[in-house]
Amino acid sequence: MTTLKYNHVVINNNMENGMNLTLKVWRQANAEAQGQMTEYKLGNVSPDMSFLEMMDVLNDGLIRKGEDPVTFDHDCREGICGMCSMFINGEAHGPNRGVTTCQLHMRSFKDGDTIYIEPWRSAGFPVIKDLMVDRSAFDRIQQAGGFVSVNTSGRTLDANAIPVPKADADKAFDAATCIGCGACVATCPNGSAMLFVGAKVSQFALLPQGHPERHDRVENMVKQMDAEGFGNCSNIGACEVKCPKSISIENIARMNREYMAANLKG
Amino acid sequence: MAKGIFKSSLTKKYTMAATGLFLISFLVVHASINAMIFFNDGGKTFNEWGHFMGTNLIVRTMEIGLFAGLILHIVDGLVLFFQNRAARPVAYAYEKPNASSKWYSRSMAILGTLILFFLIIHLKDFWLKTRITGLTGEKHVFVNGVWMENLYSEMRLVFTELWVVIVYLLGCFSLFWHLLHGFRSAFQSLGWNQGQYGQIIAFSGDAFSVFISALFASMPVAMYLNLVH
Repeated sequence: MTTLKYNHVVINNNMENGMNLTLKVWRQANAEAQGQMTEYKLGNVSPDMSFLEMMDVLNDGLIRKGEDPVTFDHDCREGICGMCSMFINGEAHGPNRGVTTCQLHMRSFKDGDTIYIEPWRSAGFPVIKDLMVDRSAFDRIQQAGGFVSVNTSGRTLDANAIPVPKADADKAFDAATCIGCGACVATCPNGSAMLFVGAKVSQFALLPQGHPERHDRVENMVKQMDAEGFGNCSNIGACEVKCPKSISIENIARMNREYMAANLKG
Repeated sequence: MAKGIFKSSLTKKYTMAATGLFLISFLVVHASINAMIFFNDGGKTFNEWGHFMGTNLIVRTMEIGLFAGLILHIVDGLVLFFQNRAARPVAYAYEKPNASSKWYSRSMAILGTLILFFLIIHLKDFWLKTRITGLTGEKHVFVNGVWMENLYSEMRLVFTELWVVIVYLLGCFSLFWHLLHGFRSAFQSLGWNQGQYGQIIAFSGDAFSVFISALFASMPVAMYLNLVH
């Protein structure tokens, strides 16, 4: 990492209402460019704004000044799509638990705060621009086995006709709440993607529909995960703390079991 | 068995866990035998056990396995350490790691290195002398009709120096933190952390880490303070 260089840009400098914040934002023109932390002063921030709305205000000010707005991922803005990311004040999705960045509100900060805003940092998630990273590695892991092959000839079984024990259905559902945001990778000191892969493996391994392909699935997904340059899990547990869906590392343990079983059975 | 398993990140986890549990089993045997000094019989029982461990063919064969396991644990740990560093090529400008994880869980490599330094000193103090260079103190003792190495007297001699006792205490301290993460981590890696078992493993790991480290630490302290005789 290069030394931090700050460009002082004062935006929306109405100091009468709301909070005055100092934002230190990672700016990087493109994947190849050298990025840097850039400082912005933002005034009149309402505590009722979501974090992304605060970013919108910042960008509005930048556009009005003829400057390049800060690029960041977002879509649903209600915590279900997994698009928003941002490493805020040293934590993935900010200081709160069980929420995405879009569900984080400015009332979690106070007037005069300095807020560091950085992209996910991982060899598997290269920066595209500013705070936007390329998370297609997760797509490739999913494509390697994160699915159930279904015959669509018209004779498909109604999923509800297959009995599933309630306990298994609950665990599978908990795993399936993963929105693939990548906070696990961003938070893990090792840059490991095993909470994501563990959740995706578990979601299918626990259900009867997923059983026939379980061994190929875990082998192929782990192989792809390793090929993407993610680190190795050392059971630190930071991922489950910062996961916006609070997915348990028990899913990583299940993946470990599945992989072992797959390889022992050949 | 699929070819990819030998290169897989999960195989490295299994190796760390299996060798770690093997080393933990060694700690249990080592601490149990050393605790014989607390019989206060002038080291008779301790020396007998030490002699058995040094002469029994099965134990001596397992000693080779022990060194192999230790080396594998170190090499695998180093590979993981460097791969994990490479997985985050650009560091964060600002991080709050304590908000989501324990410092010792993130410091296994440094704690392991401290334990390795301690082990080198420890092996020089006892293993090297017993097996190769010979004891420095009262070399032999006659117990139950057998002449054997007087390891008890060697312990007494080694632990007369305060700085040696402090080094050993630091070794036990590093071991404590390493085990606090390592014990439960091994079970997680092998896939055994599930539901209520997780709580049992966590409690057992914490209790084991405290007990075994305190037991080891008590030995040099007791020797230095002349609490055993």
